[in-house]
Amino acid sequence: MNNAKTLVEVRDLKKHFAKEKDVWGRTTQVLKAVDGVSFGIRKGETFGLVGESGSGKSTVGRCLLRLYDYTAGEVYYDGQELSKLGDQELRPFRRRIQSIFQDPYSSLNPGMNVLELIGEPMDIHGVSTGSARRDAVAELLIKVGLKKEHLSRYPHEFSGGQRQRLSIARALSVRPEFVVCDEPISALDVSVQAQVVNMLEDLQAEFGLTYLFIAHDLSMVRHISDRIGVMYGGRLVEVADSDELYDNPLHPYTQALLSAIPVPDPGAAAKRIAWDRSSWSGEGVALREVGPGHFAAIP
Amino acid sequence: MTERLLEMEDLRVSFYSRDGENQAVRGVSLHVDAGETVGIVGESGSGKSVTAKAALGLIGPPGKVIGGDIRYRGESLLGWSDGRWRKLRGNRIAMVFQDPMTALNPVKKIGAQMTEVIRRHRGLGKAEARREAADKLREVGISEPERRLDQYPHEFSGGMRQRVMIAMALSCEPELLLADEPTTALDVTIQAQILDLLKDIKARSNMGIVLITHDLGVVAQVCTRVVVMYGGMVMEEGAVEDIFYRAGHPYTQGLLKSVPKRGGGLRERLVPIEGTPPDLLDPPPGCPFIERCPHAFGKCVERPPLFELGDGHRALCWLHDAEHSAAKVPGAAAGGTDAETVGERGASDE
Repeated sequence: MNNAKTLVEVRDLKKHFAKEKDVWGRTTQVLKAVDGVSFGIRKGETFGLVGESGSGKSTVGRCLLRLYDYTAGEVYYDGQELSKLGDQELRPFRRRIQSIFQDPYSSLNPGMNVLELIGEPMDIHGVSTGSARRDAVAELLIKVGLKKEHLSRYPHEFSGGQRQRLSIARALSVRPEFVVCDEPISALDVSVQAQVVNMLEDLQAEFGLTYLFIAHDLSMVRHISDRIGVMYGGRLVEVADSDELYDNPLHPYTQALLSAIPVPDPGAAAKRIAWDRSSWSGEGVALREVGPGHFAAIP
Repeated sequence: MTERLLEMEDLRVSFYSRDGENQAVRGVSLHVDAGETVGIVGESGSGKSVTAKAALGLIGPPGKVIGGDIRYRGESLLGWSDGRWRKLRGNRIAMVFQDPMTALNPVKKIGAQMTEVIRRHRGLGKAEARREAADKLREVGISEPERRLDQYPHEFSGGMRQRVMIAMALSCEPELLLADEPTTALDVTIQAQILDLLKDIKARSNMGIVLITHDLGVVAQVCTRVVVMYGGMVMEEGAVEDIFYRAGHPYTQGLLKSVPKRGGGLRERLVPIEGTPPDLLDPPPGCPFIERCPHAFGKCVERPPLFELGDGHRALCWLHDAEHSAAKVPGAAAGGTDAETVGERGASDE
């Protein structure tokens, strides 16, 4: 895996939002949602991004999808810098990069049936048409654990877990290479989460997909990710292989975050490590390599 | 001896709509004693929140309690007037919900909201009530309580607001605290603080706490006893160790197996429970887990009784029926339930 080529490269990405404006519309206060983030995602791997709400993890995902124009920095996809591209030039990338979001209730148009929902992106990107399209959609449905008979049904006829399967089928319909998964399982029932995670892993193996997996459920992120980045206050504070990060966290925030995971074992004594930003002296320190493939923003 | 606070017997609650009768709670029996923390675990639609609402007298149309009994300290609560319920809710049973922002008045200072509650329920004077409010805020770990009392809810972070809610609940010195997903909306580090706070409250008082959650990790960390709900029924109940180490119901076993293990191999495959929860508009007459259960057999189309597996450990599953255990190797129950345990303890119909 280490020799695999880098598919996505993020360099010093910044995304600032105007928090307050004066009467002339000039920005007086800036919210630095993402403030200088650099990392790479290798072809075929799952890169996990964790952090608390407001840490900027979803904003990074949206920048990679070019749902946001970023303030500064570069995002290279397969060697091509995305921010410079116009709508037309961006089109092929909009096919190659797909997304799955948290809420399967709001991300599917309620007025479209399954065939239309999954077929729409195929139309847009000219992947297939007519009866070939119908067959392709039916095949996809089976791949995500649904049935051919579901083609003419509407989203409200499905449970949350099934809707998330539909979202996944829709994302995969245009044969993407890279999928940004933003909290794809957090709205699902506990007993259904494992089904979807297993399916994401199977599809990755079958289609050679690369995932950016954004989530706050740390135990699931560890399970699915090859490498993990920890975000805090708009910056990455630590990046390492999953096991290395969980076994040997170096940044005090990572340590606090991992120690706060409630372990499903009544015998496991919780040793909490508190995190106090105000007494942390390493504010603003850049990420540096502290071990092979292990980066931490510590002095 | 244990002091029994809340007791439910064969409780049934249904919601009526155009689609029909949604049988949200279908014969739930459970109890909560003083000094214990009971976790009610279940996924959405399991009936856990409806059960809690029923205990507070908060089931209103289109919902209705259609059967069974709810008792508080031995006295039946059904048929009580709103006024009586309100008194019970304020003075003896307090509650904390998932989203503190919807429970707090956004245009009123925290101090005013807290003193109002304290004065109404405990009949204290203004100054005394304010002192009491400050004490409670300090108790839940909010620094500079005097200054914070003069702030509005939006000036508090999510975790701090949940602390305020808990302080408010505690200010009436209740005997029973019901917390419905109190940490679900919070970040994991803040969640840890709130859970520590609940543990701390339990250690300091003899309060009974009911924690409703879908998170097995949360349950393992703070509860002494666990009630597992599914499809509107109690599938299993027992001490926290019974549930996590000796789970007797295939649903509980499945839930435990479907979450990643700490320290488990990175690419160890998860074992999901296939299928989806039952439709409560038309629930299966027997075990609600029948369609997803890897061990289902002929008998499961009938509703099982709760079989006694040990002291206070019960499971609603025919696998523990003496007849079945004799006929088949009960080890088939898999997932940690070894053949001997089930066989020895036998199963007594209740």
